Amino acid sequence: MSVTEILFYSLSAMAIGSALLVILSKNPVHSVLWLIVTFVAISGHYILLNAQFLGIVNMIVYAGAIMVLFLFVIMLMNLSTHKEAKKNKWLQMAGVLSGGLLLLVIVASLKGAEQATLVAQTNEGSIGLLENLGKTLFTDYVIPFEIASVLFLSAMVGAVVLGKKTETTKS
Amino acid sequence: MPIEQYIFLSLALFTIGIVGVLTRRNAIIIFMCIELMLNAVNLLLVAFSKMHHLKLMEVNPNAGTEGQLFVFFIMVVAAAEVSVGLAIIVLLYRNTRSVDVNFLNRLKH
Repeated sequence: MSVTEILFYSLSAMAIGSALLVILSKNPVHSVLWLIVTFVAISGHYILLNAQFLGIVNMIVYAGAIMVLFLFVIMLMNLSTHKEAKKNKWLQMAGVLSGGLLLLVIVASLKGAEQATLVAQTNEGSIGLLENLGKTLFTDYVIPFEIASVLFLSAMVGAVVLGKKTETTKS
Repeated sequence: MPIEQYIFLSLALFTIGIVGVLTRRNAIIIFMCIELMLNAVNLLLVAFSKMHHLKLMEVNPNAGTEGQLFVFFIMVVAAAEVSVGLAIIVLLYRNTRSVDVNFLNRLKH
């Protein structure tokens, strides 16, 4: 077993285990912390695939900014003391069953696909580096990049409008 | 690594996200599961871009760049989505004093 395989399997186990703990833990704060562990594992996968830019962006944007936002909202609402009402047992079982069926269907459909010869390149290749991605982003994809700034502006305006206290929300 | 390993890993993460959305009632945890699903897709896109790169390296040394840029744009959209979504959840909490999604059944009646 090579080092790459050991890293791949340990990162995968970390990602799947902490993702399971996200949906199993009772306390929302614990869920957020396990989700951060999942994102760190996924960042590790990106770095293993030599997509270093995405690995760092995933770490900063997801594990850093977005998760802090989640944690901030949970603490603001003081949710950790709330008891979450349990969903109906049958509904829960139906949810797990349908998720498992989806997994089964896709795995079964992938079984027949020719993929044994296809390999994802790890540890090398320069397409994930900042130089190459930046060059493409600012030449071929400069218009989507600018539109993304408009998207952020509208998201900011939307968040402010939603968060503002109005007469209708007070009633 | 063989690409199927990445497909199965992403599939497992995506399914965990779906099961979380279907079984939990807390709006914030449902939202977190959506983030988990987005990340599973991102991981698969990066793995496929590297696969593409390995296959077309001689023809085009930059093959696969688009996949990674797509992941970057998904992250951008997810960040905007999170800010608006959390604002909606705060609004929901302010109106119902709870983040239980089962209270959002007014359209049913």
